[in-house]
Amino acid sequence: MGQRVGIEVSIAAAEAVGLCDVDVVAAYPITPQTHVVEHLSELVADGHLDAEFVPVESEHSAMSVCVGAAAAGARTFTSTAAQGLALMAEIVYIASTMRLPTVMLLSNRALSAPLSIWNDHSDAMMVRDSGWIQVFCENGQDAYDAVFHAFRVGEDPQVLLPVMINVDGFTLTHVIEPIEVWTKEMVRQYLPPFQPIHKLHPDKVVTMGAFGMPEIYAEQRFAHELAILNSRSVIDKAWDELASLTGRKYKAVDSYKTEGADTIILAMGSLCETASLAVDKMRQAGRKVGLVKLRLWRPLPVEELRAALGSAQEVLVLDRAISPGAGCAPLTSEIRAIMYQHDKRPKIRGMIAGIGGRDVTPDHVVDMVDLALAGKTRDGHIYGVRG
Amino acid sequence: MTQFSLFDAYYSIEMEETVTKSMEEMTWQDVEPGGVITEPGNAACYFTGTWRSQRPRYDEEVCNRCWRCFVMCPDAAISPDYERNVFVWNYNYCKGCGICAYECPVDAITMEEEGK
Repeated sequence: MGQRVGIEVSIAAAEAVGLCDVDVVAAYPITPQTHVVEHLSELVADGHLDAEFVPVESEHSAMSVCVGAAAAGARTFTSTAAQGLALMAEIVYIASTMRLPTVMLLSNRALSAPLSIWNDHSDAMMVRDSGWIQVFCENGQDAYDAVFHAFRVGEDPQVLLPVMINVDGFTLTHVIEPIEVWTKEMVRQYLPPFQPIHKLHPDKVVTMGAFGMPEIYAEQRFAHELAILNSRSVIDKAWDELASLTGRKYKAVDSYKTEGADTIILAMGSLCETASLAVDKMRQAGRKVGLVKLRLWRPLPVEELRAALGSAQEVLVLDRAISPGAGCAPLTSEIRAIMYQHDKRPKIRGMIAGIGGRDVTPDHVVDMVDLALAGKTRDGHIYGVRG
Repeated sequence: MTQFSLFDAYYSIEMEETVTKSMEEMTWQDVEPGGVITEPGNAACYFTGTWRSQRPRYDEEVCNRCWRCFVMCPDAAISPDYERNVFVWNYNYCKGCGICAYECPVDAITMEEEGK
């Protein structure tokens, strides 16, 4: 069992990357990701981490460096947010279909315009279909542990996929939390060296990133989709082993006080802790309200979600991103889609909360439940919007 | 003039014999993780000459053997025939782009409609 220390979540995550003995870090500073890469550059400069730190000229280059280094068999890490991810996006898609297991910490931030440095999930939703394994972290310990899990899962020869760790900007990245740290021995037990199936090496020449003619494009994309669908067993096994090592059990879907609940709130990221306090308040008031926390966004845990939500009459999905013109937000839309083909179909309502860094308190969540159950809001309602 | 050994080696590869399946026959299970190609150079199996709509016509009487067409061809589809002292076109790869005809300083190469 590791020591428990008070540490900023960004610094802790960077320490975790260092403990994983990463070979190449390529990143461009952008708020609120900055502390993660600043600390990694310090670790390298001070000789604590034997890695190549590439201070690239843009995020497009950051992801390109990770792709190239991973192709040569290196363990790679990058981190970005919002506009940085937008600039990276072209290579983000390439990394996954080329099956190169980079790990990215995305400190979730709202996309411009208007220019915002604060938290929401619009950046993550922009690359929703990029074919990366995507997890959302609820708190600092979750983010720290997710780093080890991400390298372990992504580099598994059965998986070989990049992993995106979503950590809410400022709300999580800039807070100091008590975090139980891993020892080098724990990491050695948990994380084997990266051994790619194919790598760029003069002894055995291969071509990577070749042209895909119409005759083969669909087959390659389908192989990629199956890889991410089949990664579930590896993801779960890695969480099981993390639990036996640390005592902390992570799951794709967590239920909180959902026994006998008529109404279930569904959320991702740090909003889950806020919503759990709201559930406590409502339970104390005798209301049958529970919470389902979705950690694994891709691959979407369809069966677990159906099992967790199917018993409720009402589900309120809290989105932290807008999908303009879609009528409802991305998470709401996906939850509705998977529940539609299930024999138990609760009424699903959507609410958008906390975009562009707007604060969400437990009382707000209670208010959202009241508004939604009263049928006073449309699907894509932005909670608290004035006028 | 035997120093172009790499060039000759390129055309001596019998690529079709080394590739197990053609692209049209491959299933998703046959695709290497990440679409990695473990037989480098197999682009030679794909005959880009089928794209051609114009065909270069070469007049060896006019040709001054300057080698410019050989150098400029983007597909390395032009090769010297040392015994006959002429250039020959490999129509498996010649896309009919016309660069050879454009570059020829003595107009020994003209482009003609394919199938004429």
